[in-house]
Amino acid sequence: MGKILEINGPLVKLELPSTVIGEQVRVGRLGLVGEVIGRDGDTALAQLYEDTAGLRPGEQAEGLGWPLSVELGPGLLGAIFDGVQRPLHAVWEKSGDRMARGVAVPSLPRDRAWRFVPDPARRPGETLAGGDVLGTVQETESIAHRILVPPLARGELLELAPEGEYTLDQAIGRIRLSDGGIDKLYLFHRWPVRTPRPFRRRDHAVQPLITGQRILDTFYPLLKGGKAAIPGPFGAGKTMLQQQIARWCNAEIVIYVGCGERGNELTDVLEFMPELKDPHTGRPLMERTLLVANTSNMPVVAREASVYVGMTLAEYFRDQGYDVVMVADSTSRWAEALREVAGRLGQMPVEEGYPAYLGSRLAAFYERAGRVETLAGGHGSVTLIGAVSPPGGDFSEPVTSHTKEIIQTFWALSKELADARHYPSVDWLESFSGYVPSAAKWWAENVDPDWETARAQALDLLAESEELQRIVNLVGVEALSSEQRWTLEAAGLIKEGLLQQAATDEIDSFASPEKQYALLAALLEIHRQGMKLVKLGAPARRLIQMPLLAQARRWKSQHKSDDLARLRKKIAAIPAEFEELLREYAQSSTR
Amino acid sequence: MKNIEFRTATSAQGGLVVMSGVPGVASGSRVQLRDHAGRVRSGLVIRAADEAVLVEVFEGTDELDLERTWVRFLDEPFKLPVSRDIMGRVFNGAGVPRDGRPPIVSADRRDVNGEPLNPAARAYPREFIQTGISAIDGMNSLTRGQKLPIFSGGGLPHNRVAAQIVRQAKLLGEDAAEFVVVFAAFGASHADARFFQESFEESGVLNKVVMFLNLADEPVIERLLTPRAALTAAEYLAFDLDYHVLVVMTDMTAYAEALREVAVLRGDVPARKGYPGYLYSDLAEIYERAGRIKNRRGSITMIPVLSMPSDDITHPIPDLSGYITEGQIVLGRELANQGVYPPVSVLPSLSRLMKDGIGKNFTREDHPHVASQLFASYAKALEIRGLAAIIGAEELSDADRRYLQFAEAFETRFIGQGEDEDRSVYETLNLAWDLLSTLPPEALIRVSEEELAKYHKWQAGAEAA
Repeated sequence: MGKILEINGPLVKLELPSTVIGEQVRVGRLGLVGEVIGRDGDTALAQLYEDTAGLRPGEQAEGLGWPLSVELGPGLLGAIFDGVQRPLHAVWEKSGDRMARGVAVPSLPRDRAWRFVPDPARRPGETLAGGDVLGTVQETESIAHRILVPPLARGELLELAPEGEYTLDQAIGRIRLSDGGIDKLYLFHRWPVRTPRPFRRRDHAVQPLITGQRILDTFYPLLKGGKAAIPGPFGAGKTMLQQQIARWCNAEIVIYVGCGERGNELTDVLEFMPELKDPHTGRPLMERTLLVANTSNMPVVAREASVYVGMTLAEYFRDQGYDVVMVADSTSRWAEALREVAGRLGQMPVEEGYPAYLGSRLAAFYERAGRVETLAGGHGSVTLIGAVSPPGGDFSEPVTSHTKEIIQTFWALSKELADARHYPSVDWLESFSGYVPSAAKWWAENVDPDWETARAQALDLLAESEELQRIVNLVGVEALSSEQRWTLEAAGLIKEGLLQQAATDEIDSFASPEKQYALLAALLEIHRQGMKLVKLGAPARRLIQMPLLAQARRWKSQHKSDDLARLRKKIAAIPAEFEELLREYAQSSTR
Repeated sequence: MKNIEFRTATSAQGGLVVMSGVPGVASGSRVQLRDHAGRVRSGLVIRAADEAVLVEVFEGTDELDLERTWVRFLDEPFKLPVSRDIMGRVFNGAGVPRDGRPPIVSADRRDVNGEPLNPAARAYPREFIQTGISAIDGMNSLTRGQKLPIFSGGGLPHNRVAAQIVRQAKLLGEDAAEFVVVFAAFGASHADARFFQESFEESGVLNKVVMFLNLADEPVIERLLTPRAALTAAEYLAFDLDYHVLVVMTDMTAYAEALREVAVLRGDVPARKGYPGYLYSDLAEIYERAGRIKNRRGSITMIPVLSMPSDDITHPIPDLSGYITEGQIVLGRELANQGVYPPVSVLPSLSRLMKDGIGKNFTREDHPHVASQLFASYAKALEIRGLAAIIGAEELSDADRRYLQFAEAFETRFIGQGEDEDRSVYETLNLAWDLLSTLPPEALIRVSEEELAKYHKWQAGAEAA
């Protein structure tokens, strides 16, 4: 037992010999919890996850003997936790509307019994290794929770419980470890959040993550197991885009970490998600979703921990063989929490006050994403999507620039697009994706062999129109040739008819890969037909007046993804729309 | 401990006093200092160790004689006494009456720092608040429980806009309970404070206003306490007495500057522009106290006013605020110079919670699409206006000239309105359709075809005179 020497904001100096860096401590009369971040002789420096007001020098302190860990087992799905995995609903019931300090509630409910079905392949006497599946608990209708042997355990299975109802406190089996000791197995186990969970080996990511958002899937794809960043100034629609991804993506588990973000946004997710159906299974989305929430007004040290808590939960589901998407909103707040603590420790700041280890911490964190072969031999993936909130929208600031070097897919949000209410405001010139070749294979096999060409054509058109727009801004549209004007118009058609997507529109909110490609091909076809005419000498003015152009802009919100027959009919009719004009100009040019 | 006076101050500088030989002082505890003239100052323990205790003095350390300063540690955080009697009263930043009337006597004293709301206990803001200002109601709607700041600049009429919102704000429908107002000014001029006071008086709401004033010539450190005291009062009114509370705070820039001043004295490592790294967390502690709670009737809606240093929206104060608040109303100097009041620059303005507070069950079914269309059409019109400035308006096509006229009408008729003009949201939407009717239907792709048929009054062939 030790005591408090000094209190300085969230940092507390303790007289506490023989603690280990990273070890959890319990401090003061309120029993506030924190972790040791430094040692000097008999004194230890700890950062606390809760507000330190009211603590006094001389109050007691004790080391708990383990690092910050999370509980992994049934009860995770549909739950909302704070940055150190306290279940917010249970805390609410226990301590009221406000976050009281020193409340100890187990992360997973202990009073609930789960129906455990042992894996029929398991036999007493066999040798089990970490990550092996003991059985399943059907946690929600869409997700079977596989109960795993803790990753570091290894030994002979002595006994496995029969099918039945068990609480987390009841043992479901016994194992004889290699050192001869006997351990009980439970429906859950603990894992320290700052240590990546082990796996057999890394796999290549091969499948695209379908988000239903056209600018993402069609233009800047992300793979399952990939790493992406969404940087954007405030008001650029970052949160909206992430929520769209969380709602619609074809992962099996979605983990949303609200790190230093707005309270009302989390409430929105909490109230909205249960009403929404998973487009792939038809079940409520909440059944596959898990929230970690440390809002901006909650203590800063727990904010730093929250992304690791989220990542460990993601790895746990990956180890069960699931494809997991983790959205971290926002990694900038996490970096700022690092900076705040570094500042209080008096560490030498480098860029913008950030500590020198910012880049390596970010890289190590993003490296926990990936598609792997699990210890049990299955395949699972963690796709990491990190939001970045660059101050003043300046992408050259430290967090954005470090992140840019680490990730493969970069969805740059633009304030200009958002101001013009072009949503999602993903900038098609600033964004990039290193996964296009892998994604192209999938699209070619599953949707259309021409996907890669069509995508490139559309991007060329957009880039060309940007050049032309610059000319227009200088000398006016009259200076352009008919061909150039038509290019400009066709690019506008792609922006409005394809890239813009209304999250609040029931039909437009999600577009299947088939619908995405159909629209893309259709708009390119309009461009091609028009170009033929222009080359025959038709003035762009006449083309621009065609009612087809206004109609095509509405197709995205008129045709559901699962009912594309009518859309395909309209697309097939495109050449006919141009026929009359074509005849007219073909004659005049031969004359 | 409460009753012992210590005379062990060892150093004092710019509002901070170091005390030695006072063991066991609680971090965050309130302190009373009595100086040689008998004047009592208050302070806060910001760093506690047995050897030395660092105290922040709200009234500053001017004329403090270390040898003749007596310090008492009150062993509790800063608390604000609350009761129904706070309505209609004026306090200073530390909650002491400044209206010449007796102090509030109440056994109910609340820690001004509050405690963070459990995210699971929050209820999502939904109900539309009508402010009577078209640029806000039509395109950046405010909802109950939202925090929507006004981003302004020196010399712009943000105070007049804020006062107009306070006068006109109402809820639609049967549950149209009235608002009470908590007004906090920090670093404000005497003239600004008087303007608000008179504005509340004239509209007869003064007895429903609680004011917390820390004016420009008053202690800087007290500024850090002012918004916290005001929000403690607001939380009491909203969640104990079931009122809908509108909190107006001006000016957050003065607050952040006070925070920087103190941070530098403490020796904190600066992050951007000398502001401490915890500016974001500190602002969030204030802004996040807005909201609604499940199973409680009251609500706190917050309108902080913030002047952007040299109109720079990327300055750390508006930038960090924008990441916490649910949108922003931006006032524009160009519009103000054209004589448009309120000079709301609609393109950079945004209300994040708007989507859930408008439309069929709240305002009118066409509202979301109309708002989106106005943004798109006005953005396009501004593009054309920029072009016209280069190549001359004569060179524009008829269609483009129509957009120029639309922009003109939109700015003067839709954004512009009288300071006493209270437009209902239906008037605002009808006005929007009047303006959109000057553009051809094929140019309006954000509204549905049904809405076009119902509201759009386009006359084909009408001259773009």
